[in-house]
Amino acid sequence: MDFGLSEEQELLQETIRGFAQKECPTTRLREIFDEGSGYDSEIWSGLCEMGVIGLIVPEEQGGAGLEILDLALVAEVLGESALPVPVLGHSLAIHGVKLMGSEAQRATILPALAEGDEIATVALQEGDREWEPRDWSVEHDGDRISGVKTIVMHASLADRFLVGLKGGQLAWVDARASGIEIEPEDGIDRTRPFATVTFDRTPAEILEGGKGSASQLTDAAAVLLAADAFGATTKLIDLDVAYAHSREQFGQPIGQFQAIKHTIAQMGTELESSRGLWWFAAYALDHLAAEASRAASMAKAHISDRAMTAARESVELHGGYGFTWECEVQMWFKRIMFDRSFLGTPEQHRDRCAELAGW
Amino acid sequence: MNLEYSADHETFRVSVRTFLEGWPLVGDDADRPVGEREAIFRKRGVAAGLVYRGVPKKYGGSEQPFDAIEDQIIREEFYRAGAPGDSTSQGAALLVPTLLEFGTESQKERFVPPALLGAENWCQGYSEPGAGSDLASLQCSGRMEGDEWVLNGQKIWTSAAQHADMMFGLFRTEPEAGKHAGISYLLVPMDAPGIEVRPLRELTGGYEFNEVFLTDVRIPAENIVGERGQGWPISRATLVHERNLIGNPFMMREAFDDLVELARSRQRGGRPAIEDPTIRQRLAEIEGYVRSNETSNLLQFSAANRGEMHKAMRPMMMNKVFSTDTTQRIMKCAFDLLGGDGVLAPLEEELGTWRRSTTPTGWVMQYLFSMGPAIAGGATNIQLNIIGERGYGLPRDLRKNP
Repeated sequence: MDFGLSEEQELLQETIRGFAQKECPTTRLREIFDEGSGYDSEIWSGLCEMGVIGLIVPEEQGGAGLEILDLALVAEVLGESALPVPVLGHSLAIHGVKLMGSEAQRATILPALAEGDEIATVALQEGDREWEPRDWSVEHDGDRISGVKTIVMHASLADRFLVGLKGGQLAWVDARASGIEIEPEDGIDRTRPFATVTFDRTPAEILEGGKGSASQLTDAAAVLLAADAFGATTKLIDLDVAYAHSREQFGQPIGQFQAIKHTIAQMGTELESSRGLWWFAAYALDHLAAEASRAASMAKAHISDRAMTAARESVELHGGYGFTWECEVQMWFKRIMFDRSFLGTPEQHRDRCAELAGW
Repeated sequence: MNLEYSADHETFRVSVRTFLEGWPLVGDDADRPVGEREAIFRKRGVAAGLVYRGVPKKYGGSEQPFDAIEDQIIREEFYRAGAPGDSTSQGAALLVPTLLEFGTESQKERFVPPALLGAENWCQGYSEPGAGSDLASLQCSGRMEGDEWVLNGQKIWTSAAQHADMMFGLFRTEPEAGKHAGISYLLVPMDAPGIEVRPLRELTGGYEFNEVFLTDVRIPAENIVGERGQGWPISRATLVHERNLIGNPFMMREAFDDLVELARSRQRGGRPAIEDPTIRQRLAEIEGYVRSNETSNLLQFSAANRGEMHKAMRPMMMNKVFSTDTTQRIMKCAFDLLGGDGVLAPLEEELGTWRRSTTPTGWVMQYLFSMGPAIAGGATNIQLNIIGERGYGLPRDLRKNP
C-alpha cells in the first residue's frame, strides 16, 4: 500500500519540466500564442526524442510501456508549461488503439505512433455537449464512415484520426483519405487549436478485437484533462505569489494584505487537496476497473471547476494588468477553459457520478 | 503507487478484526459506565499492541515500531467497529504528546498513564478574553513565591473544564521578557483553592465550554513543563496535535453517507429529493471535496510511511481548513434538505459534543455544531494566514504588537 510516486515518475516530471522551461519559456510561448499556430515542431521533436510521445505504447511496439498514471503526470507538467504540442490527442489515439484494436491492428498502427513519425488525434466530441460513447452518432457502413465531429485537437496537423462511432466503436482514419473536410475553428486556447471535422463516406478501418471499451478512452481523457488543469493552476498560483510579492500599493507588497493572502491560500488549499483525486483516478484506470469511471468523472468535474475558479481569482488579483492580452495569466486561464469545457462539463460529469453511484 | 495491501498488512487487518470482536464488552462489564468500559477495552488494546502505539510501555502505551499503514488499518477498523482506540480527549491527544516530548521523567510517570485511560480528565487553558487568535498576548499571570506558583487571571472557551481534574495552560511568568518569551506551560489541579468554573451556554444550547477564573491559585513549582519562558514553543507543538485531530476522513465519509441517505428519505415535489437534478449536482460536488480529503490523507499517510513527510507539508498544513470547510458543505446541504424542519431546535439529549445523529433535530444540531471546528484550534482566518505565509512564502502581515 503506497499512494505516492516512484523515483522514476518524479524524474520523468522533472525532466519534462526542465525541458519545457528551456525550450518553451514564456517569451516563446507568447510568440506561439500570438501567432496562433498552437504548435512548435522543435518542442514536439524534443518530446519525441525524450520518449514522451510513445510513453504508453507497449514495449514490443517500440514504446515505453508505461501506464495512464505516468501519462497523467506528463499532462500535469504540460499544463504547467502550457506546451503547444499535440500530446493529448496523440496519446489518446494510442490509448484507443490499445483498448480496442486487434493484435494485428495494434502491431500495424502503434510503432509509427511510438516514435512520433505520424501524428494522430482523436475525434470524439459531437456538437457542444455530446461526448460519451453512448451519444456518438457517426455512422459506419462497412469500411466507410459519415458524420461530424467537433473540437478535434490539432486536426490540421494530424496524419491520422481515431474516430468515435455510433454504438461506441472506434475507427482509424487516414487524414488524406477521401471525404474529409477539416474546418479550423478560432479557439480560445491558442496552445491547442482544433477543428470541426466532417466525414462523408470516408474510408476507415474499424478497430475490433480488443478487450477494452470506448468509455475507458473517454475516462482516460477526463483524467488527463484534469491533470492538465491541475498543472495549469499550479502555474497560476506561482504567478500570483510572484505578483503579490512584487506589486506594491499603500507602501507595501499586496501579498501582505489578507484579502490577497487568503485568496491565494484558499485556492492553494482547494487545489493541493485535490491532487490525490486525479492520481487515484489515473491509477484506477489501470488497476481498479470497477472504480475508474466514477473516479475519472469526479476528478474532471472537481478539478476543472476548482481550476476555473482559481483562474478567475488570478486575473482579478493582477488588477488592470490581469485584464490585458499582455498579462501571461490569460494563457493559462484559457488553457483551463478548454480543459473544463472539452469532453464534458463539470455538470455533465457530476450527472454521470450520480448515475454511477446509483443515486 | 500500489493501492493493494501487502499480505502482511492483510493478515494484520484480520488480527485487528478478530481483536475487535471483543467490543462491545459482554457479561458484567457490559453494565459498567461508558468511561469504565472504554478504559477496560483500551487496556486490552494496549496489551494487544493496537492502542497508544507511540507511547512507551513504561507510561502505559504499547510502544510499537512506527508503521503508518498499520496505524491507518487500526484507525479504519476501530472506527468501523465503533470501538475506543487512541482517545481523542484533550489529555490523551494533546497533553500526552507534549509531555512525552518536553516533560520530566516524573511528570511522564505521574500524568501520562491516567491521561491515557481517562482516570484523570484534562482541559486546555489557552484562550483568554483578550487573547484569542493573538494567543501570545495572554495575561494570566504566574508568580513564583517560595516553591509555589501563584496564578491569577481568567481563561475562556475552556472545553470540558467543568468535568476536568487537571488543566494544562499558558501563563505569563516572565512579565519583563518579550511577548512570546514570557510564557510558561503549567499543570494545574482543578480542585486547587481559588479556581472557579462557570459554564458558558453555547449557540447550540448545550454547555460544553467554560470560563475559568483563577484567584491566587497555588501549585507546586515542579508543575512546569520545560523551562520558564518556553511555554510558547511547547504549546505550538500541542496545537499541531490538535489540528491533526480535527481532520478525520472516516467521520467525514460517514457524514456524507448520512447525507445521501437523508436525500433519499426527504421528498421534493412528491419524489425522493435524490432524484432532483439540483440535489444530485450538489451531492456530487460535495463528494468531490470528500474524496479529495480522503485521497489527500492517503497521500500524506504514504509520505509519512516512506519517511518523506517533508513532501506532504503543504497538504498537511491545509488539512484543518479543508476538512472543516468540507464538513460545513455537508451540513449546509443537509440543512437545505430538511426544508421547514430546519427550524426545529435540537433535543436535550442531542446537545453537547458532535455526534452522529440523523433525525431532523440531530441534523440541526450538527449544522450548528459545524461552526465550532472553524474556530477551535486556530480559526480558519488565521489558518489561511499560516498557509499563505508558511506554505506559499507570502510576506507576513503588519502587526502593531508583533
